[in-house]
Amino acid sequence: MEHYNMNLTLKVWKQKNSQEKGRFETYQVKNISSEMSFLEMFDVLNEELIREGREPIAFDHDCREGICGMCSMYIDGKPHGPWHANTTCQLHMRAYKDGDTIVVEPWRANAFPVIKDLVVDRTSFDRIMQAGGYISVNTGNAVDANALPIEKDKADMAFAAASCIGCGACVAACKNSSAMLFLSAKVSHLALLPQGGPERKNRVLNMVAQMDREGFGACTNTGACEAVCPKEISISNIARLNQEYLGAGLVSEK
Amino acid sequence: MSIFVQIFQQKSLRMKWSEFFTSSVGRKFVMGLTGLFLITFLIIHVSINACIFADLPIFNENDNGSVFNRAAHFMGSTILIRIMEVGLFAGIILHIVQGYMLELKNRSARSVGYAVNLGERGSKWYSRSMGLLGTIILLFLVIHISHFWVKARITHALEPVTYNGVEMHNMFEEMKMVFSQPWVVILYVLGCISLAYHLAHGFQSAFRTVGVHNRKYNQLLTSIGYGFSIIVSLVFALMPVAMYLGWVK
Repeated sequence: MEHYNMNLTLKVWKQKNSQEKGRFETYQVKNISSEMSFLEMFDVLNEELIREGREPIAFDHDCREGICGMCSMYIDGKPHGPWHANTTCQLHMRAYKDGDTIVVEPWRANAFPVIKDLVVDRTSFDRIMQAGGYISVNTGNAVDANALPIEKDKADMAFAAASCIGCGACVAACKNSSAMLFLSAKVSHLALLPQGGPERKNRVLNMVAQMDREGFGACTNTGACEAVCPKEISISNIARLNQEYLGAGLVSEK
Repeated sequence: MSIFVQIFQQKSLRMKWSEFFTSSVGRKFVMGLTGLFLITFLIIHVSINACIFADLPIFNENDNGSVFNRAAHFMGSTILIRIMEVGLFAGIILHIVQGYMLELKNRSARSVGYAVNLGERGSKWYSRSMGLLGTIILLFLVIHISHFWVKARITHALEPVTYNGVEMHNMFEEMKMVFSQPWVVILYVLGCISLAYHLAHGFQSAFRTVGVHNRKYNQLLTSIGYGFSIIVSLVFALMPVAMYLGWVK
């Protein structure tokens, strides 16, 4: 694709901290290369702002290669921007043309409070993981990788679920701010494998309980989460989570 | 605290009924189950009421509602069905109360909204509007129950008709009278459209909520759900229309 430069208008959410009310601020960015990534465009803008003695825009980022789940911008009404199955860092400016106006907001959910500007606190996901997203492994020699037979289909499904990077786009897109796609990916990943067996029932009960405590909404199966997921996590995982939860909750011994 | 102590202190496998039914997944389970129960009720309701079409010229022009009146009489006079009717009201009330509680909880999970919304790019409008569609159906139900159920079961303010020596309510005449007013017909058609969209999402969503996750079943149930919502709502909507236009007399 041919390289071109563009001038853009950005409407970006600015918020000092979690207590204060935020507002949109408009920025003009000039001479943006079509080969830049969306975050590089923000870097250019921030350099400019710093040079002018103004405050740069705070945003989350880490690996910048689409696997860490840190970048979290809600761009023109869609988490991670216009491209399908993509993270913000992998969105490139060739998606835009000269003169475009882009609205950038943080993830909106009470369980993801804004820390500053576009940075939200996603430690609620960490606490959900701590509630049950692990398996018990005995110490000693590493077990031979092929000692446990696992059927190919299940291994593939578990792998697809495990590709969740925990970015929170599902929560951001959901009208209920539900974390069910994230949670179902984590539960399915382990429930489909024999290694997840010992904690299977506790895991789903504790993780759902923690999700509820964090203030996420309930799932109404609208499918918005699946549509925006950068890793294309299937909504079928949510139905599997429901089955796991009902199985554990209704059949528990005590 | 070390990670080992944390793990050992963690809540062991224990789930009280109260915890189960107040969790987000448990509440949705109640919604799904009552929804499926109400779907089975709709099958009975639409089947019984479709008996009015026995009067269509292609079947028996001189029926004058006798098939329908006898079916309605059976439903009203059979003790087992009257007991099931109590369960039906309980199911409807549970579905409504739980629905509003979930709607409130879900709305309160995001205090600051977006300037630009995802909208149709992520989901169908009717899947996001189950609360609104349900409210329209609830308002419709209040009018609908006052039109027929109250008169048939409580006040008995209906004309009598006798078939084979058995006196019963002439529900058919009542339907004709109620559906002679155009605003009632429009209201009923609007109620049926809301029902169609509510079911278009609710049918397949209910199965997912109770844990059906096999892709081939989900695809099948989605197709059946669309068919069910269109057919049931269409047959219901045709009743007031057919009576108003005099297709059945």
